[in-house]
This record gives sequence, C-alpha cells and structure tokens, in this order.
Amino acid sequence: MPMAADDIATMIKDAIPDAQVEITDLAGDGDHYAAMVTAASFAGLSRVKQHQAVYAALGGRMGGVLHALQLTTAIS
Amino acid sequence: MTDDSNARIDALVKASPVVLFMKGSPLFPQCGFSNRAISILNHLGVEFESVDVLQDQGIRQGIKAFSDWPTIPQLYVNGEFIGGSDIMMEMYEAGELHELFGGEKVAN
Repeated sequence: MPMAADDIATMIKDAIPDAQVEITDLAGDGDHYAAMVTAASFAGLSRVKQHQAVYAALGGRMGGVLHALQLTTAIS
Repeated sequence: MTDDSNARIDALVKASPVVLFMKGSPLFPQCGFSNRAISILNHLGVEFESVDVLQDQGIRQGIKAFSDWPTIPQLYVNGEFIGGSDIMMEMYEAGELHELFGGEKVAN
C-alpha cells in the first residue's frame, strides 16, 4: 500500500519540527519518491545519523510500505 | 535478529576492506538502488565483495538491525557502516568517497 507524499512530509515534520521537507513523486505512481529534508537541528550529526532521524520519523515504514524513497538531507 | 546471523554479518563486514550488501549480484542487481551503489563503486574502480541478501533471509533481516538502517544496499568500509546508496551518491558527488578509498589504497 503506497503512501501519499503529504503523509510522508507530515510524519517527517512531526518528528523534526524545524525541518523543511520537499517531496518529489519520481515516477508519478505514488510509490517512488525523492525527499529533500533540511533542518538546522541536523547540525553536528553525521549523514548516517541525519538519515536515521528521518527513517525514525517514518516509524518503520521505510523499507516496508515505503520501498523507494531517495533521501537527501542537509543542514539549514 | 538471532545471535547466529549477527555473528555471521559481523564476520562478513570484517572479511574484506569493502563490502556491499545488496539485492542480486554486481552483474545482475535486482533493485535500482543496488544498481546505483554498484555503478558508483565500479566508476571509482574499487575492489569490493558483495553479499546478495536475497540468498539469505537471516542476513537480509539481520543486516537492518546490525546497522540500525532499514534498507539495502549497505556499504561497509574497514568494518564500518558508511551508508546506503543515497549517502554513497552524496559522498561521491562531494568527492568524499574517492577520498575514503584513496586513503585506503595508500594504507595498502
């Protein structure tokens, strides 16, 4: 069951309140997304930790219902 | 994760300097993200071992807990988890991956 882009963005913002989230539906099929997540609170975290914070926000959906999420993170 | 698969994963990541856990084989990747990881490593001319998680359910599930990382592929260099294909791409574009492997060649 694919997820809607808005749901993905909402979950990330709920967990990382200062995050700017930009979701792109890569294939137009509601199943292959790219997410750009920018947050000041990422400062001091390694890339792995930044990605883990986003995955944690998605509460276990990553790798499950959310198979294809190309993720880029940055410090704002 | 069983202790058995944890011990096997631990041995696998330490068996070679560069290890990629992926879906399929380097010649026939079974997923676009694994394909991307392979392309990056090939482009850098890096020698690496690959582990096809589709051949082993214990490793396929265990590797996610091992690194606290929910997806495959996963790259390990000198026993350390580096990231998935997105991080590999970011590091590649920033020249950091080249540096990582370049440093290793000097050490060898």
